[in-house]
Amino acid sequence: MNKTAKGPLSRLLAAPHILWSVLFILIPLAFVAFYAFTDNDLHFTLTHISEFFTPKYLGVFLRSVKLAAIATVICLVIGYPAAYFISRTSPNAQKVLVVLIMLPMWTNFIIRTYALSEVLEVINNAIVYLLSLLPESLVPIALDPKPDIVIYNETAVVVGMVYDFLPYMILPIYSVMSKLDYRLVEAAQDLGCNGFGVLRKVVLPLSIPGVLSGITMVFVPSISTFYISNQLGGIFLIGDIIDYYYYNNNHHFAAALSFVLMLILLAGLILMNRFGDDEKEGKR
Amino acid sequence: MNDNVLVRLKGVSKAFDGEPVLRSIDLDIHDKEFVTLLGPSGCGKTTTLRIIGGFVSPDSGDVEFSGQRINDVPAYKRHVNTVFQRYALFPHLNVYENIAFGLKVQKVKKDEIDRRVKEMLELVNLKGFEKRHVGNLSGGQQQRVAIARALINRPKLLLLDEPLGALDLKLRKDMQKELKRIQRETGITFIYVTHDQEEALSMSDTVVVMADGAIQQIGSPTDIYNEPINAFVADFIGESNILDGTMPCDFKAKVAGHVFDCLDSGFAPGEKVDVVIRPEDVDVVDVKNGMLIGTVSGVTFKGDYYEIIVDVQGFKWMLETSDFVAEGQTIGLHIQPDAIHVMKKSEYSGKFGDYSTFSDEMDHLSDVVEEEE
Repeated sequence: MNKTAKGPLSRLLAAPHILWSVLFILIPLAFVAFYAFTDNDLHFTLTHISEFFTPKYLGVFLRSVKLAAIATVICLVIGYPAAYFISRTSPNAQKVLVVLIMLPMWTNFIIRTYALSEVLEVINNAIVYLLSLLPESLVPIALDPKPDIVIYNETAVVVGMVYDFLPYMILPIYSVMSKLDYRLVEAAQDLGCNGFGVLRKVVLPLSIPGVLSGITMVFVPSISTFYISNQLGGIFLIGDIIDYYYYNNNHHFAAALSFVLMLILLAGLILMNRFGDDEKEGKR
Repeated sequence: MNDNVLVRLKGVSKAFDGEPVLRSIDLDIHDKEFVTLLGPSGCGKTTTLRIIGGFVSPDSGDVEFSGQRINDVPAYKRHVNTVFQRYALFPHLNVYENIAFGLKVQKVKKDEIDRRVKEMLELVNLKGFEKRHVGNLSGGQQQRVAIARALINRPKLLLLDEPLGALDLKLRKDMQKELKRIQRETGITFIYVTHDQEEALSMSDTVVVMADGAIQQIGSPTDIYNEPINAFVADFIGESNILDGTMPCDFKAKVAGHVFDCLDSGFAPGEKVDVVIRPEDVDVVDVKNGMLIGTVSGVTFKGDYYEIIVDVQGFKWMLETSDFVAEGQTIGLHIQPDAIHVMKKSEYSGKFGDYSTFSDEMDHLSDVVEEEE
């Protein structure tokens, strides 16, 4: 059944992409690896790598993991039902809804994030104003100086991640669900499943591949983001640290941080896909 | 068969996007009966089945199950199971888990599930396939899993939607016998949807012939074949020569200028009728002994007989004969009284039963298209 690309022509078709990958992915990656293991005199060293595992940077890393994980879970909770809903509408409605989901992606994400910071500022002001209307004894926090409730904190960062990356959760799940054979749903109903049973026993297990790719596509950019955290949260995540050292002429340490982050993500992805394969094929 | 009505449809109608698919269907299905809904694609047979299964709700009319109106009972609460067209097995589950699905939903105890799955695997001849992934099974094996998955719930009624459509001819014949055996052994009422008239005739207790969203005829396979009610049924069930005729009086039918003796009566004198004569009921004789005279215009060897097309006064008849006749030969046709079936004129009169445009290849092609639907 598998059609493997063989023969000179199909190889030729892949040539532009291979060239591109070598020039802009493989060679730069080799540089990252090289820089990560060398000092300013280009001598081999593990100092930079091992510095990643000092409490200071490990703390930042774990905070990044935490926020990215929270954002991914929220995206999943919002995105999964949304994808299910879209896949159950009429074909024409589906087209419109998918375009609507993708619409925000047509704006550059830095501009979007900047705009979001303004929106959060307004919401923050509104909340503070509403709190000020309450009797003082009921308000748990001091309103002067103006508190940051939904901005310049971790909450804002998570909101930003969800805001920017939600479409990447919805679209792969939707794509799997829209291909789901509706007769399987009918078969499950026929065998006694109510709506919830159909979801749990048929739709959910069959949409796992979409969920896994959605998780990947939200978690990976979330954990390595550097703009959202800074602009919305005023906090430093691992991406910001890399950004900082890179622009402050410590390329070797920046490369080391990137390299370790990359390895950890890679390990995570392999683990997750192994789990996904088990779901699909482990029951042979 | 007995007089217990298990399913009753009363005036059931359904339209999709304003297009009527069912026009006021009335149908009784008896307990332990093997009923086939037979008709060409688009005749409403699958919609009828889906209404009984609970996947489509009728626009008007009532669906009764064991005397209870079940229009508003959702599919998952009905004591009915379905074998879907192309099986619809769960791809993420193995054979065992597919078959056990319904019992797990009902939270049946594990050892009872084990026992009943084993029983089912034996019934459908799939012992030892428990752990196999359904994607790795052949069409026939998937079919058996689908049947076991439905039957394990011990439904009172099993719905089968063109279950053999995707199988090759040999396998289809085997599965027909097997389905019949399973139906007899389990005593479950089967409603079977197909467009294959041979399948319908060989398996069913009762055949329901449908066309254009309406039931044309209900009867036993022999009734349907021997006493078709109109030109549509006569044409759809087997091959038929359908001619315009008149009934000058009872027991006489005038066709192609010849007055034949027949067994039909009760028509108005001189009433215009459709007359059906089956290809195998016409004897080929010498010209001098012929009631009708015709010229052979086509001969096809069919193995145990020849199928010939005979031009009689411009109308092309199809005949089956075991003796060879050559193309261009002039022959006589002899027809016994019991071979003549007289039908009232209907909306289908004149549409079927002339073999002037007949070709084997065309017939074959249209079969294929139907299976791909």
